[in-house]
Amino acid sequence: MIVAILDVVVAGLLLGGIYALISVGLSLQYGVARVFNVAHGEFMMLGALSTWSLNQAFGMNPIIAMAICGPVAFVIGYVLHRTLFKRLRRISPSIGAFEGSSMLASFGLLFIIQNVANLIWGTQTKAYTFMAYPVSILGALFAANRLVTLAFAVAFGIVFYLFLVRTRLGKAIRAAAQDPSTAALMGVNINQVLALCFGFGALMAGLGGLLVSMSYPMQTTMGLEYTIITIIVVALGGMGSIPGSFIGGFLLGLIGSIVTKIEPGLSLAAYYVLFMVLLWIKPTGIMGK
Amino acid sequence: MNARMNRKSLYSWGSAVLLVLLLALLPIYGAPYTVILVTSIIMYAALTVSWVVFSGPTGNVSLAPAAFMGIGIYTAASLGKFLPLPLVILVAAAGSLCLALVVGALTLRLKGLYFSIFTFGLVLLLRQLVLWYEVRFTHTRGRFVVVIDNTTIFYVMLAIFVVLLITAHLLRQSKYGAALEAIGEDEEAAAHAGVNVTAMKTITFGVSALFMGATGAIMATKWTYIDPYIAFDPFFSFMPVLMAVFGGMATFVGPIIGAAVFGLLEELLLTQFPFYYMLMFGIILVVAITYLPNGLTGLVMKWRKGGRTESHANP
Repeated sequence: MIVAILDVVVAGLLLGGIYALISVGLSLQYGVARVFNVAHGEFMMLGALSTWSLNQAFGMNPIIAMAICGPVAFVIGYVLHRTLFKRLRRISPSIGAFEGSSMLASFGLLFIIQNVANLIWGTQTKAYTFMAYPVSILGALFAANRLVTLAFAVAFGIVFYLFLVRTRLGKAIRAAAQDPSTAALMGVNINQVLALCFGFGALMAGLGGLLVSMSYPMQTTMGLEYTIITIIVVALGGMGSIPGSFIGGFLLGLIGSIVTKIEPGLSLAAYYVLFMVLLWIKPTGIMGK
Repeated sequence: MNARMNRKSLYSWGSAVLLVLLLALLPIYGAPYTVILVTSIIMYAALTVSWVVFSGPTGNVSLAPAAFMGIGIYTAASLGKFLPLPLVILVAAAGSLCLALVVGALTLRLKGLYFSIFTFGLVLLLRQLVLWYEVRFTHTRGRFVVVIDNTTIFYVMLAIFVVLLITAHLLRQSKYGAALEAIGEDEEAAAHAGVNVTAMKTITFGVSALFMGATGAIMATKWTYIDPYIAFDPFFSFMPVLMAVFGGMATFVGPIIGAAVFGLLEELLLTQFPFYYMLMFGIILVVAITYLPNGLTGLVMKWRKGGRTESHANP
């Protein structure tokens, strides 16, 4: 009985770590840059499939692939904001109009990224093996790769949190999140900061995808489900709050793991009910102001 | 000014009637293939116009069309054997209307983006629920739909579209249309002016869903076999948005042009180059939002008037 409970709980935490990491990314993109990036999961898919390609072509260890996939994802996100979203922000009459049009533009991005990926990788499911031996935690068995995934997800989250709290750039990002126009008056280069946030968001998604690829099979259509989950996590934790994203991510991971144990076909439905209840009780999220 | 307006509206009514007549005679002079192609264009036009009925004036981007269409599709698949076609379509429309009223009452108080995400999640949720139900209780995935000949499908689709256009036009002309515009401009101000914002939005959302459900019910008969992945395909949520953004939302001509352009492109490209078609779909969506804030018709109007155009499009 205890082993069964532990089984579900640890599985939930492992899943939650991934959810938390990619949700921090979306939280930055929406909480600071105000882009409701529906293509977030596509960056994750790119990270996962690029890692697969590097692994197949050069036999590269996914942990080393981080040094390639992370920076590339960051640059793509940064450039996207400097070109597309900066222009949209300039032509939008209000921040509400910008949120709407940038969401629609990110739907366009979703189609572009997904179909470029279809042209490159095709639609078959792909997988590689990495550290696929079992490890015992208090009697319950888990694949070692999933523990590595969790450790990296938590480490990335902590590093990024320290970056936001301790560095000057982090301070500028937090200022831009609170009030972009006042931050600009105080000498923050706002376009630069927003583009950096978008880039960091893409970076988190890319690394999240890389971590997922260590233990799960992947395909070009995997992004959308993660996007929906991420949106729920961010709404749950509160927009722009990193601790909130972590709490929300682990909470959703746990719920997902419990529901999957009881009725595997209904995990998305459970997330959805949670989302609905939350929007009714506290629309600003757990850590929201 | 008034006389000019009347003349103008006479022209537009005249051309609308002429167009419908031309379409109605199509099965007589057109090839069977043309009839099928035009049916699918009218389907997109119906989805897009019914999307614009709600999302155009209010500015709330609904991503639920696929959900309502899916309800129509599943209604046709489950009741097609037992009920005559008109009744099936009515049931589908009523089902979509009911769902829309419930969803609208629950979520239309939410801030704009949450509403969009919620409606999009609805598509995936319904898909998962139907799939779960089929696997668990009926032990089969998917169903066959009673087949109807293409000419009948064409006429029924055209009839639904004409009723939709008349409804949409009357709605926009009426005081409800004005109230909706006011909500789109500024919700709080509209509420202070005595508009029951949530009720207005919910009812309009319901009307738009009703036509999506009816469209789904008739189009299902064309596909012969359906399963949850075909019926609740998120693609049908994005198409109306793209077509409306591309065509422009200030008039109902814009969405129809958008539907015609993409319906044709889909026919030409989708079967042979599906990835390139979807890729182009994404690129056009991004370019249209970035460079054509009022759509194609907005561009033409701006060019004709040489000045500012009135914008209803505020996605």
